[in-house]
Amino acid sequence: MSKITYDFEQPITDVEVEIALLESKAMATGTDLTSEIGKLKEKRDKVIRDVHSKLNRWQRVLLARHPDRPYTLDYIEMICDNFIELHGDRQYGDDAAMVTGMAEIDGHNMMIIGHQKGRGTRDNIKRNFGMSNPEGYRKALRVMKLGEKFKIPILSLVDTPGAFPGLGAEERGQAEAIAKNLLEMSKLKVPILVIIIGEGASGGALGIGIGDRILMMQNTWYSVISPEGCASILYRDSSKAAEAAEALKLTPDDLLEIGIIDGIITEPNGGAHRDKESAADSLKESILTNIRELQNLPSNILIENRVNKYSTMGAWIEN
Amino acid sequence: MNWFKRVQKGLRTSQKREMPDNLWIKCKGCGEILFRKELEKALHVCPKCGYHFRMGSNLYIPILADENSYREISPNLRSVDPLGFKTSKKYSDQLKEAKKRTGLQDACRIGEATINGYPVVLGAMDFGFIGGSMGSVVGEKVSRGIDIARENNCPLIIVTSSGGARMQEGILSLMQMAKTSAKLSLISEKGPLFISILTDPTTGGVTASFGMLGDIIIAEPGALVGFAGPRVIKQTIGQDLPEGFQRAEFLMEKGFVDMIVERNKMKSRISNIIRFFNND
Ligand SMILES: [Zn+2]
Repeated sequence: MSKITYDFEQPITDVEVEIALLESKAMATGTDLTSEIGKLKEKRDKVIRDVHSKLNRWQRVLLARHPDRPYTLDYIEMICDNFIELHGDRQYGDDAAMVTGMAEIDGHNMMIIGHQKGRGTRDNIKRNFGMSNPEGYRKALRVMKLGEKFKIPILSLVDTPGAFPGLGAEERGQAEAIAKNLLEMSKLKVPILVIIIGEGASGGALGIGIGDRILMMQNTWYSVISPEGCASILYRDSSKAAEAAEALKLTPDDLLEIGIIDGIITEPNGGAHRDKESAADSLKESILTNIRELQNLPSNILIENRVNKYSTMGAWIEN
Repeated sequence: MNWFKRVQKGLRTSQKREMPDNLWIKCKGCGEILFRKELEKALHVCPKCGYHFRMGSNLYIPILADENSYREISPNLRSVDPLGFKTSKKYSDQLKEAKKRTGLQDACRIGEATINGYPVVLGAMDFGFIGGSMGSVVGEKVSRGIDIARENNCPLIIVTSSGGARMQEGILSLMQMAKTSAKLSLISEKGPLFISILTDPTTGGVTASFGMLGDIIIAEPGALVGFAGPRVIKQTIGQDLPEGFQRAEFLMEKGFVDMIVERNKMKSRISNIIRFFNND
């Protein structure tokens, strides 16, 4: 059972409490309640399916932020046979909000780059809540170029509430760092697979988000601005974030429909935070399928397709 | 000449509040009351303190382009409302209002021109049109500008002023950062030359894409340039920002712009740079 429960998850928690009660009763009294417990578990799974089939966009945002959701390093641990972390941008420092390294997944070598959130206050301060500074983006680029040099594909895991808007970030060129990544990733000679595993907020997400395939896990969001940011600009009231989330159309389904992403990775019933291992399995399967497909393409075709894809994005009229 | 009319549009708010008769305008830099016609002659730079007033594309393009040389590309590109975006206001209504108020189709114009005889592709943005925000139309115009610069093998020059991505177009506006940068990757190794001119204010998605990708990056004196807006940073750090933070001079000190050029020297500086890289 998850420690954190959102209001809309309450019906699920209610059944989970019932299950826990029966289980402890069975334990204490030695009564065989297997069939009752089994029935309740079926009920729980059905309740989860019901709740999750009716999620609104704001609830999706909340799930993407669930503190029990696996983060980049959690997935790395679950899906990689080997991982060696690489540190630092060789210019200024090492940004703990961005993790990069050499990974082996089922016989495939990849460079992984990804935002890293923290767990608990201390860890979150270290990870800056997953908000990278310029050196994070520069570290990511350095590692991608290293992959390019040795023809190793890139896996980018996106999970950020935004690029860090601080004094130092501005001083050290947050805008330049992101812009440079957009340009360099557009012409990188190796496949880039981008997967939104949690939050995909704005330029901070896009800064490691250019790729040949863009996938989103089921309970994630990706948008030009966070719902809170949008609400505070448009309504001057960040508490209207739920309304802003609806207006922004930021769910995986929304983005698939308009062709911005290429696919959605199904999460276990109730979300990745309820069954991390299964979530990791789905993620791994998707990574392998997509990398295998992309690896067969010659680099000039890869780049041409990539640039063409972005060149056609947008909606306008002209006459 | 309808300069006078155009100027009135660009400076409407400050006029209305401070100088109802439109003949005089108060300098935001030094507080001096300036005679409007003189300010126009001085390219909207305060003769007393050098403060660079914000200008729209209508005014900026003639400063750089040779007389009668500017031919706008795709003037009829217009924004749609792809998400049916509605919060306190409908995006479609916002667009209508902005068009009516500014007489523009969107926040960017792009065209072919010559600068002291050199053929160029020249773009300029309008902060007056929904905060100069970059939606699909701005992204597409910049992209077409890059295409034409490639075809003609001539320099691309873009004058930026923008509050960032146009959130009313949702993820599509974020993708305009990707789009313009991907297009620029096609000229990033062999040219043609790309010069970005950052004017007040340039923040968010425009800075973090083509704004910061110029082969040469020029800023106007005092221009606010950054990734996050000052208000957001102030919120984050919970204290006032240091004097001059995110201004052009600060960016130059930190190493992010090549030079700061005053408006009345911009044209000759640009043509000098073009001449240099033309190598003739
Ligand atoms: Zn002045």
